Amino acid sequence: MTTTSAPTTPAPEVTKATSPLTRFRVPGGFALGAVLLLGIAPLALTDFRLALLAKYLCWAMVAVGVSLAWGRGGLLVLGQGVFFGLGGYAMAMHLKLADAADTGIPGALPDFMQLYGTGEALPWWWKPFGNPAFALAATVLLPMAVAAVLGFFVFRRRVRGAYFAILSQALAAALAIWLVGQQATTGGTNGLTDFQGFFGYDLDDPANQRTVYFVIAVSLLLLMAAARQLFVSRYGELLIAVRDSEERVRFLGYDPANVKLVAYVVAAGMAGLAGALFVPAVGIISPALIGVVPSIGFVIGAAVGGRASLVGAVLGAIAVAWAQSTLSDAFPGAWTYLQGLLFVVAVGFLPGGLASLGAVIRRNRIRTRSGEAA
Amino acid sequence: MSGEGLTIRGLRVSFDGYTAVDGVDLDVRPGDLRFLIGPNGAGKTTLVDAVTGLVKATGSVRFGTNGDGTELIGKPVHKIARLGIGRTFQTATVFEELTVLQNLDIAAGAGRGPLTMLRRRKGIPQPVAEALETTGLTALRDRPAGVLAHGQKQWLEIGMLLVQDVRLLLLDEPVAGMSHEERESTGELLRRVSEDSTRTVVVIEHDMDFMRSFARSVTVLHAGKVLSEGTVAQVQADPKVQEVYLGRARAEESADAAPAVPSPATGEATPTTTASAQEA
Ligand SMILES: Nc1ncnc2c1ncn2[C@@H]1O[C@H](COP(=O)(O)OP(=O)(O)OP(=O)(O)O)[C@@H](O)[C@H]1O
Ligand SMILES: [Mg+2]
Repeated sequence: MTTTSAPTTPAPEVTKATSPLTRFRVPGGFALGAVLLLGIAPLALTDFRLALLAKYLCWAMVAVGVSLAWGRGGLLVLGQGVFFGLGGYAMAMHLKLADAADTGIPGALPDFMQLYGTGEALPWWWKPFGNPAFALAATVLLPMAVAAVLGFFVFRRRVRGAYFAILSQALAAALAIWLVGQQATTGGTNGLTDFQGFFGYDLDDPANQRTVYFVIAVSLLLLMAAARQLFVSRYGELLIAVRDSEERVRFLGYDPANVKLVAYVVAAGMAGLAGALFVPAVGIISPALIGVVPSIGFVIGAAVGGRASLVGAVLGAIAVAWAQSTLSDAFPGAWTYLQGLLFVVAVGFLPGGLASLGAVIRRNRIRTRSGEAA
Repeated sequence: MSGEGLTIRGLRVSFDGYTAVDGVDLDVRPGDLRFLIGPNGAGKTTLVDAVTGLVKATGSVRFGTNGDGTELIGKPVHKIARLGIGRTFQTATVFEELTVLQNLDIAAGAGRGPLTMLRRRKGIPQPVAEALETTGLTALRDRPAGVLAHGQKQWLEIGMLLVQDVRLLLLDEPVAGMSHEERESTGELLRRVSEDSTRTVVVIEHDMDFMRSFARSVTVLHAGKVLSEGTVAQVQADPKVQEVYLGRARAEESADAAPAVPSPATGEATPTTTASAQEA
């Protein structure tokens, strides 16, 4: 037993050194990110590449939520496609209705409905999405509401770990299958696509596409700032405590179900916003973008970059998205396997992701050095 | 039926037909420092589990002052905790990845509103500073709890109960694995904590020297039942207790400083004596 100081011994006061370097690390990093995303990228990249970056940034927004729920809260959210999809479809439905209204024909249906549909009236659940304010609010609030209801039952019943992950996957699969089955009202496998305008702006105009990019980049920075605040808040500390020992937290008078619920709902809202902005940026939302495989994809970036580190998760998501579009063109079919491999390697061998690589190497070096000394 | 402090009546806990706690009646008054002893498997931990809502139990457990004791049986763990009932575990469980300060701050904060929760902690709350002082952990406040020595983790757990401002402390083997000096410090700490006449302290312990030094009263549990109860001297002199702990009445030892009740190592080797357990 190591000798420890007795409880009664007065302890020497420790002074916590905060060097300017650590104090300005976070605002400095944030400013650097803003300069890169809002200044350099739009200047350096072609319209085509900037549009690709906009798509990656949408996935990075999902990763911000994953970092909160999984990295801090230990919730392996393998079904973020559900929330991404709800946000995406809410936005897409509004754009489709706005396009139909722009035709000038009273009571015109969205184009795909005229194609596959029975030509009947608009389904009742489409109607509210004609209102822009409702649709915009729904892109975030609908995923959050669904997450709240799901989370309420799941966390209260103490569904945890792998069971939670599998349940999340099943939900993503279920939503994708349902969407495919409802071709007449959801566009089926094709999803919703071919949007003309975005709140009055022509989406074919490259200048407007650039504006969409800026909206996405600013949204990502805002989400990161919000997540960062949650990380350093008392709630963030409590969330780590729940991840490490849910039972112990309960004995302190907290209900861990509520603590997890907050992280889950916030992450869902972030995924919903990401899905909503994905629609004008990429021009499509479809079941293939929100099912099981993309849902796994949403966490891989965070796993590779470092799920507990906000910047790690975001950079990881962007890097993996870039690798995906580059490699899947060169080696079609191979990407799915590579994706699985990446996930296993990251979770199995580098749980802290690339963000922890420095610390891991340092630790190993110390270990080998002390091994040599011995 | 309910008095001041902890009042347990007919408490029974079964695991698939095996009765771990078998009709326990127990009263502990505020200001007491009650030791709960008994051989391995006597049901001590299970009794604490039942009081804190971790296992299902039947009977009645009430806690409160001025006769307004609240029935605890059937309440969820976090609601019982909010009534001012806190516990530690046989193996210290602190939040290893959080610092000492963060551990204490979380323990202090179950009643915080959402706005406070969403803000960063500024400075050190007064109760947390006091608990750091009381437990001697001030110098270690920014260390992750995971790197603390075993004894320090136990003190941190006790500190967490203090900032929680619990009225009933249930400590499960707080000095197991501690050095002699650490035991003394912990005992002093418990004595100070229990001097507050509004606090009720129950300590599960195997260490008999520790019990003799610090217990104000003792309850002996055996096979899920209360075997004996009283002061240290009374319990040590009880032949039933000697029989359970020794397997045979070792009458040569008298009630003075002699180890009438042996160390836990001997206790573990207890042959299966089917002692006729009667309620005290
Ligand atoms: N969850 C459980 N399921 C089944 N049996 C259990 C469970 N928890 C405890 N028991 C049994 O109940 C009995 C009492 O256990 P308990 O842990 O309360 O003993 P104890 O007095 O704390 O012993 P020790 O001194 O070894 O800590 C033991 O026989 C144990 O095996
Ligand atoms: Mg025990």
